[in-house]
Amino acid sequence: MTTISPQRAEISSLPRGTGTRATRVIGIATIVMIAWLALFGLVLSPADRDQGDSVRIMYVHVPSVWLAYLAFIVTAVCSAIHLFGKRHSLGVDRIAGASAEIGVVFMAVTLVTGMLWGRITWGVYWQWDARLTTTALLFVSYIGYLAVRGLDGTQQQRARRSAVIGLLVVLEIPLVHWSVRLWRSLHQEATVLGTDLDVSLDGLMLFSLFVGVIAFTLLFLWLVLHRSRTLTMIDLVGDRELDRAVMARRAEGGVGNA
Amino acid sequence: MAEVSRLAIARAMFEKDMRVELRSRVIAYQILPFAALVMVLFAFALDATNVLTRVAPGLIWLAVLFSMIIIVQRTFAVEGADGALEALQAAGVDPIPVYWGKWAALVAQLLVLELLLIVTAIVLYSIEVRAGGIVLLVTTAISATCGLAAVGTIYGGLAAGVSGRETLLPLLVLPVASPVLIGATRAVEAALGTGGTAMTEGWPWLGLLSVFAVAFGVGGSFAFGPLIED
Repeated sequence: MTTISPQRAEISSLPRGTGTRATRVIGIATIVMIAWLALFGLVLSPADRDQGDSVRIMYVHVPSVWLAYLAFIVTAVCSAIHLFGKRHSLGVDRIAGASAEIGVVFMAVTLVTGMLWGRITWGVYWQWDARLTTTALLFVSYIGYLAVRGLDGTQQQRARRSAVIGLLVVLEIPLVHWSVRLWRSLHQEATVLGTDLDVSLDGLMLFSLFVGVIAFTLLFLWLVLHRSRTLTMIDLVGDRELDRAVMARRAEGGVGNA
Repeated sequence: MAEVSRLAIARAMFEKDMRVELRSRVIAYQILPFAALVMVLFAFALDATNVLTRVAPGLIWLAVLFSMIIIVQRTFAVEGADGALEALQAAGVDPIPVYWGKWAALVAQLLVLELLLIVTAIVLYSIEVRAGGIVLLVTTAISATCGLAAVGTIYGGLAAGVSGRETLLPLLVLPVASPVLIGATRAVEAALGTGGTAMTEGWPWLGLLSVFAVAFGVGGSFAFGPLIED
């Protein structure tokens, strides 16, 4: 009699990867757009009159901050859907988690590129501006959110806890922004960023930024699909390990063999 | 069995927390000395008295924040040690009054802590409390404490029970509490007249502190149940 071992049968029934036709199409589109962004950002767009070549940092910085905020919005929306939805879907929770992970990575990219640009343009890495400070605190808060996701417990516990924390962070953002703005307005006449906004952008620069935003949005889509599927697989493996351990204990006790 | 009112639950929770403290004296004998020690260490780090007088309000609130983390860890460690919160859940007790009871106890404990820290700052940092600034000082302390206790109780609930979660508490609480640190520091600066700020500059901060306290008070009431549910 030919039998395959139970472990083998389980492994073969798991999906073999996280890629589908859709993700492959999005992946190729992302590569094309990023190549296009590199061409426009590094070669075709002109150097800035005041900032010189350092303006090219913006073609990574602006799309990164856009992606990070997009990711955090997706996390917040998914947290709300999980918490208030009737099904308390774990799938939505995994999208929230995947999105937060990606958001944290790109928030780090935003902060690093912003600081490099600031050092060249303003002569300092950091300004205690409301926007910068809020971004930094948001970054730390989402690291906390990810830490909460890593706590032990069942998948439903993880989903509920992290959804609550995800929504509390949303409550925090306006308060942090308000407090820092009020604080700086008492101490500082005009922020560097405030005057910076008046700069009119060259057409090609604006187009390059636009290409960057599209490229990074596709990248987000691709990453979040793969990562949430990976999280699903991690949960499935966890479930199976648990089932196997329960079966083993039952077999030891002779329960369920009768 | 007669239905227990929410107020009665909150009061029972408050009285229980205060009784635990009165019998164990952990805050009195361990956390208050720690807070005073932090004030001494700030003096070592910052050296000159004129600098200390200038930044005293910020140092007071930093010491409050650090000490609050320890108080919250302690009060929820007591709950978690014998699964008290889970037992309350199993008994069908409404989590909202439980939250408010623990919040009230934390407010009371923090206010004692703040009084001690202000006295320490008067002695060590040579700040002067002006008669005209007392109203602003007291209102700031109360509204800031209400907000801090709301945040502390929410995240304390998450950290209750399972070991390994205590280390998470500062990472979760401190970013959220930062508007209180900014607002309360500026308001106290205005009340004490350090840093050359006029008294009138203190009042706008009270708006921020009050909104913060209400937002996290309401948010905490709803968040506490799902967070402690295990």
